[in-house]
Amino acid sequence: MEWEAVIGCEVHCELSTKTKVFCPCEVRFGAEPNTLVCPVCLGMPGTLPVLNEQALVYAMRAAHALHCTVATHTKFDRKNYFYPDLPKGYQISQYDLPLSKVGWIDIGPPDRRKRIGITRVHLEEDTGKLLHEGADGESFLDMNRCGTPLIEIVSDPDLRTPDETFDYLKELRTTLLALGISDCNMEEGSLRCEPNVSIRPKGQAAFGTKTEIKNLNSFKNVRDALVYELERQRKLIESGGKVVQETLLWDAARGVTATMRSKESAHDYRYFPEPDLPPLNLSQQFIHDVLWSLPELPAVKRERYQRELGLPYYDSDVLVQEPEVARYFEETMNAGAPAKEASNWVMGEVLREAKDRKVEVGALPVTPARLAALIALVLGGTISVQAGREVFREMAATGGDPATIVEKKGLVQISDESALQSAVERAIAAHPQAAADVRAGKEKAMGAIVGAVMKETKGRANPKLASDLVRRTLGVS
Amino acid sequence: MTTAPLHRLSALAVRDAVARGEVRASDVAEDVLGRIHGLDSKVRAFLRLDEDGARASAKAVDAKVAAKKPLGRLAGVTVAVKDVLCTRGVETTCASKILRGFVPPYDAHVVERLRAEDAILVGKTNLDEFAMGSSTENSAFHVTANPWDLSRVPGGSSGGSAAAIAADFAHLALGTDTGGSIRQPAALCGMTGLKPTYGRVSRYGLIAFASSLDQIGPMTGDVRDAALLLSVIAGRDARDSTSQPAPVPDYLASIEDGVKGFRLGVPREYFPESIQPAVRDRVRDAIDVYERLGAEIVDVSLPHTDYGIAAYYIVATSEASSNLARYDGVQYGIRADGARSLVEMTSRTRTQGFGPEVTRRILLGTYCLSSGYYDAYYLKGLRIRTLLRRDFDSAFAKVDAILCPTSPIPAFKIGEKVSDPLSMYLCDVFSVTANLAGIPGISIPCGFTAERLPVGLQVLGKPLGEETILRVARAYERETDWHLQRPPLD
Repeated sequence: MEWEAVIGCEVHCELSTKTKVFCPCEVRFGAEPNTLVCPVCLGMPGTLPVLNEQALVYAMRAAHALHCTVATHTKFDRKNYFYPDLPKGYQISQYDLPLSKVGWIDIGPPDRRKRIGITRVHLEEDTGKLLHEGADGESFLDMNRCGTPLIEIVSDPDLRTPDETFDYLKELRTTLLALGISDCNMEEGSLRCEPNVSIRPKGQAAFGTKTEIKNLNSFKNVRDALVYELERQRKLIESGGKVVQETLLWDAARGVTATMRSKESAHDYRYFPEPDLPPLNLSQQFIHDVLWSLPELPAVKRERYQRELGLPYYDSDVLVQEPEVARYFEETMNAGAPAKEASNWVMGEVLREAKDRKVEVGALPVTPARLAALIALVLGGTISVQAGREVFREMAATGGDPATIVEKKGLVQISDESALQSAVERAIAAHPQAAADVRAGKEKAMGAIVGAVMKETKGRANPKLASDLVRRTLGVS
Repeated sequence: MTTAPLHRLSALAVRDAVARGEVRASDVAEDVLGRIHGLDSKVRAFLRLDEDGARASAKAVDAKVAAKKPLGRLAGVTVAVKDVLCTRGVETTCASKILRGFVPPYDAHVVERLRAEDAILVGKTNLDEFAMGSSTENSAFHVTANPWDLSRVPGGSSGGSAAAIAADFAHLALGTDTGGSIRQPAALCGMTGLKPTYGRVSRYGLIAFASSLDQIGPMTGDVRDAALLLSVIAGRDARDSTSQPAPVPDYLASIEDGVKGFRLGVPREYFPESIQPAVRDRVRDAIDVYERLGAEIVDVSLPHTDYGIAAYYIVATSEASSNLARYDGVQYGIRADGARSLVEMTSRTRTQGFGPEVTRRILLGTYCLSSGYYDAYYLKGLRIRTLLRRDFDSAFAKVDAILCPTSPIPAFKIGEKVSDPLSMYLCDVFSVTANLAGIPGISIPCGFTAERLPVGLQVLGKPLGEETILRVARAYERETDWHLQRPPLD
């Protein structure tokens, strides 16, 4: 039998607001444990939450970007359960009147583009962290994260394969990054994904029994876990078994899922309206103001790069992944570099250098204006592409100006026939066999002779001129 | 200068005497502390005193007077604070074992306001554990006696604050009222107690019982002192999103203006057969006084009154089950020993830390919010709230204020109702409606039963109608001397 997977995703994304969602504590990753806390986020008796408007605006940005309808009337609810990292014994979340509902996002390259429905986007608070690192098996609490604003993005069960899920998460991340509302760092936990998955015979409309997978800290983990889980469910059903509704934990080291809790032991969260926060009535004006403040989204940018700049899909996709990269690319272009040249350099040298140095492209010493100047030197024939790369490395190391570096390193391309002629003659003399081959029409043999010219001139020879001279000297056209 | 002992003066009189330099704040503090030392062993109104803090505040006031610096509105006035309000550096327990040892690093908003007005905080008063009860017998630490009859309860849950005022252990007290916890003990102790409109006073630092019902309010010896204290504590606080932005009037400004021409409603549902005859008679007498003062007495109906208790115990327990979830033994208060798992740690801590009434209400509330029961209970409770609010809206379209009993019965014997929670819950029948509707209410003394137990008259007003109910209450008080009478404690 042919099976079909049905996958939905619950994504939690920490918002990079200045302060927490219900108190004035700073939001920052990596601080000393329990240094970013106050009586409110510690849930101490008598304290009360006050909504951070920036968190609300950030959540609305996400909702708009995912084409959701933002509610004019929304409220917060309490989700009740006991856990040490949840100091009030309840999480302030949203239940039946979420901030926004019913949206979509397009995913995948043009040949497998697909529209995925978004069920809802709502705002809630993050929990603290339990650290199991005591020498005698004790656990410690770090409450710095407690009260960080979080949005929950729930997709419709529209995803059909692990690859599609991967594409969905990638597009979601790119979009959230472009909005400037989160750093979407999965390793630091600011983006977390919990897919739910079931299988059904292809063509059947009813859903199968689903399982939910937790503990996935990279997109690759998500894909691997889904591949494993789909296979597990298929084998189980085909051998006459039944899938049990449960929450599973992904064990990345062993590559398997394992039961965390079954449906029977699932929590009854006893949701009810949060009495400490009055319901929110958002004006259409406010909702629209947030909508108009959105930046150009990656999907639109990608389209524009292809349509207006003539870039291939591949280039446009790479360039829009991070807003910094797109900005860098556009600034390079605005400084005079042709689109495709700018794209090649950004996708190649710039991204490689940023990755090697583990910095954002914006933090590289090479400014877009200088990159554009470098590109101009190459395109104008002043230096070779090869020399250009060398100049770029130097610029990245010292932050210098390309023309100065070219001058200092003596990299100006030799485009003067008389200056090259003797080197060409020496190269032909040194490679008699290759010379004979070229005369006999074996074009491939040109490489050895031109290579020798380049070597002698330390790469400064204009490669096209060198080839022409070799041919002319050998009497072939 | 007055000849009455300092503890016997009204807060307004103390403040004036201190401001004029006639008495020193330190003498006021010593007089009050001395009285507490002499008599609180009989009443047991306090859970703990802050004598050092009180003396330091008094000294600071005296220094201000000496330096002719501007004085706060409560300069030299002693205040007792219900132990459900956080006081920085002073243990705050809600009369619960589970919060033993909890010393808040912050003051409640109202406590900040008191300090800013140069009040002298003398100590924390007893209450029913987590403000759950109507007799103060649910305190995990001890029972408080009614100063009028030491074998009887002072009411609750703010019984310690009411008894402290009745016994002249402080000039002013703060209580909290979720279903009558200011007004009922005020009635049973023959004092004045005002529950403001929901949101009029910031709840920041009030340890929550039922967040949508809780309000902090004054408990005082007379109506003018209640107006004074309300002026100090009312107003918007950015830390409480439910606090109202409406400007705070000077509640003393119009308090003497009388009730001539006022229409005062008497709801027939508040005089059922079950009410004790002495209570009914005293309240009827009070209504006659208003008529004599030129008010028009109007018969009104609040048809959904009967559903009040049911709605109240659903909404209040539901919210309480969530509000009290934070007492899990992790961060503060007690933690049970010997647990081998998280679940065991939390459940043992809570089993050991909570008393029977609190446990009962957590269980009731948990049940009401459970999957499948939410619509039948919590949602229905919210609907009744809406109906009650409409009842009051239509009544207040016709009248300026409503007159009714505060409690159907006067103070009962200690132990009498302990084994019958339902009959205890019914003590709140006339008071829970104001909380459910969010409206203000004040209880003032209106006479005694044959056994010389105080009876309370309740005046209910429109949302933010505190000025009106204070004025109505004061008009009656001027005609009577119930508020001047004191129990024979000495």
